[in-house]
Amino acid sequence: MTGSVHRDDVRRLMAQGAQLVEVLPAAEYEDEHLPGAISIPLKTLGPETIAGLDRARPVIVYCWDGL
Amino acid sequence: MSPRAACRLETLGFSTVFDYTAGKTDWLAAGLPTEGAAVPPLRPGAVARTGVPTCTPDDTVATARRRVAASGEDRCIVTAGDGVVLGVLDQAALAGDDHALAVDAMRAGPPTVRAHEDLHELVGRMHERKAVAILVTDPEGRLRGLLHRDDADAALAHARDDEAGGKSA
Repeated sequence: MTGSVHRDDVRRLMAQGAQLVEVLPAAEYEDEHLPGAISIPLKTLGPETIAGLDRARPVIVYCWDGL
Repeated sequence: MSPRAACRLETLGFSTVFDYTAGKTDWLAAGLPTEGAAVPPLRPGAVARTGVPTCTPDDTVATARRRVAASGEDRCIVTAGDGVVLGVLDQAALAGDDHALAVDAMRAGPPTVRAHEDLHELVGRMHERKAVAILVTDPEGRLRGLLHRDDADAALAHARDDEAGGKSA
């Protein structure tokens, strides 16, 4: 299941244990990111970089504005 | 970028993936907290005063005036039930007929800014336009606070002093 979520959904899902992933370049993550987010830049997204994610829990991805 | 990431994760075997499409821009504009090495210490959302007097469109000017008097502010923000800013009752409007409705007396569609704008640039614009205060709203137009130019000037001056002190120490 993949769907778009609103800001309020993000906060609710995070409280329920969802994993938050910023897919912007690492430097932008280092500068500023959402609390609790981890960095997996889109260009590096693959089996090795997602090894730390729990497949049993929801994952929320974000960038600046979807573009 | 994030829609592609969501699809990629699905192909990698994740069954429940959500795309926060509005992303970091939306989060910052809502004035929500962030983490990182370059988080600006001062943003409009952090300096704006909360607890600004508000009223509904159907409240009377007299009601709004009482709330303003109790708050120490000089204006009343007219909001819809969901907190969306509709207008402002300034001193001239507040001096009007007691029984007039806020919706009829307000200045509709006041200028607003988002919580994450560059405070220094914003204050510069406020000085240019002789604006002493401006409303801070979230991306949905809901009131987050009222930024007073004097508060922002003082906060920026304080930050400059701290920076100068840190460099000389």
